[in-house]
Amino acid sequence: MSFHPKMAYDATFHKSARQLEDEGPPFVYTPERRARIDEILARYPPDRKRSAVLPALYLVQEQQGYVTANGIRHVAEVLGITRADVEDVVSYYSMFFTRPVGRFVLSVCRTLSCAVNGAERVTEAICDRLRITPGQTDPLGNFTLLEVECLGACDRAPVVMVNDSWHERQTAETVDKLLDDLLRRGESALTGCHLDIEKRA
Amino acid sequence: MDPVLTAHAREPNSFTLDFYLRHEGYDALKKALTKKPDEIIEMVKASGLRGRGGAGFPTGMKWQFVDKKTAPRYIACNADESEPGTFKDHLLMERNPHLLIEGCAIGCYAIGANVAYIYIRGEFYHVQTILERAIGEAYRHGFLGRNILGSGFDCDVYIHRGAGAYEAGEETALLESLEGKRAQPRNKPPFPALVGLYGKPTAVNNVETLCNVPLIVAKGPEWYAALGPEKNGGPKLYCVSGHVKRPGVYEASMNVTLRELIDGYAGGVPEGRTLKAVIPGGSSVPILMPDQLDTQASFDAIQKAGSLLGSAAIVVLDDTTCMVWLAENLLHFYRHESCGKCTPCREGTDWLHRILQKIERGEGRMRDLDLLSSISANIGGKTLCAFGDAAVTPVLTTLKHFRHEYEAHIREGRCTLTAEWRATKRAAVHA
Repeated sequence: MSFHPKMAYDATFHKSARQLEDEGPPFVYTPERRARIDEILARYPPDRKRSAVLPALYLVQEQQGYVTANGIRHVAEVLGITRADVEDVVSYYSMFFTRPVGRFVLSVCRTLSCAVNGAERVTEAICDRLRITPGQTDPLGNFTLLEVECLGACDRAPVVMVNDSWHERQTAETVDKLLDDLLRRGESALTGCHLDIEKRA
Repeated sequence: MDPVLTAHAREPNSFTLDFYLRHEGYDALKKALTKKPDEIIEMVKASGLRGRGGAGFPTGMKWQFVDKKTAPRYIACNADESEPGTFKDHLLMERNPHLLIEGCAIGCYAIGANVAYIYIRGEFYHVQTILERAIGEAYRHGFLGRNILGSGFDCDVYIHRGAGAYEAGEETALLESLEGKRAQPRNKPPFPALVGLYGKPTAVNNVETLCNVPLIVAKGPEWYAALGPEKNGGPKLYCVSGHVKRPGVYEASMNVTLRELIDGYAGGVPEGRTLKAVIPGGSSVPILMPDQLDTQASFDAIQKAGSLLGSAAIVVLDDTTCMVWLAENLLHFYRHESCGKCTPCREGTDWLHRILQKIERGEGRMRDLDLLSSISANIGGKTLCAFGDAAVTPVLTTLKHFRHEYEAHIREGRCTLTAEWRATKRAAVHA
């Protein structure tokens, strides 16, 4: 419902666009992830396990690609908080997906500095090629396209974040090539950070 | 001024401990541990260091306010860098992570904390991996952990990864997020210095702020204060982006003017264009006009000119930029990022955005301009945190300086500027 007498919320208003999580298959952490959660919990005071809810949810998402109701239930049990506490967090932060996403999530920054440097053209090129609109996944399940707010790389605008790595100074042409590379070479085409620091070290 | 914070940022392996130790790394921590915590706070106060996150509040005072009678105490380092146009902390953490770790350790020592949490935004995953490795190195070499350098002082630094929320950059919202809740602000007072993380005294400091602390300890507060104009001492990182030839992070003293930063460091606007407006401190601050470019880029001078230095995110806009479009773009951001806690902001940002969309599409009415002002007046100053004021600023500042553009949109029933950087499809809608 809207607080305004005449204007109803449109479909894009983020608070109402959220969908409830699907149940998903039964979920427990793999032993390795369970060990990682225990290691993370040691960073916070013993009576403050709730602090680890974000890392715990990242691990759920890493394990099954998105966050399901069963994943939420498991996190609640591990941290000793209620499911509502966890769902509250999941529905707030934009980096948790409550629906399946493609193998590569393309997040195109749409805020000012990227926008004045042609971010819309990049989005448009991806839409045209994959025949999807922002928020959708292509039928083959390879790509999900998102338009996101400022990623903090305004000097290398426009930036497209593919999963966790940035691809900077994109144009309609370079993003086309990027999609080709991702399809052909998979994860190894993710060049990551612009300075390639990890590889250099 | 020669760069200090970013002196080695372009050199390979500048992020390794080995490199850092070859460049006087952790000397400041060694020196700090020979002094009393109060002396460190006095040094920081004497240096005049002001918070680099946006508000420009004196860091030494913030540390002094931390309640020293209650334990444990915490440092929360704000690495959520989300203000549109800001990308300086990213560079520091990516190229000089040990400087931040050293700053965290000295900060902890000064306020008597044993734990610092670095709250890094979720989108900075590649930076986080660099920072994590640096923290590991620091532990292995005894710069973090138990009994640091034999002083008896313990300090742990942990990274906490956010998950995509601009509001988490607000200090109390950051603490809520650290506690495992939605990043929504708390009522203030009490301030975090008294009641912060887990209800304990906490100092929340920006990355760049903490990176300045080792410099102050190593080279002295007098040296530091003398780098810039009075009360605006020290080196400052400026993020220049938008319509400039060489966007990037530039380090200068606060004696520098906006013109030097834009035309000198960043190479000016592209050929054949003219500068139309400058946002000097991130999307939440008022616009400055081309005749104000000779303003010194310091906290005080920019405030005097009618804007704020904020996070020193200078977004340059040339004559191809439609100011109604700009307001619409930024309100889309604020509408999306409003945390939803306060009704005026949650509802009002959506209304503002939709009215701006209508005007930009050419469907606006003259009375919408008054409606924009009145909705803005009902958000600004009526919310728990500064987000509300930030969100209405793009509307009010464009209305103030570019009201004629709004009127032209309404009169002609279309956007009067068809910018070449805008996607063809959207431009077609405008035609």
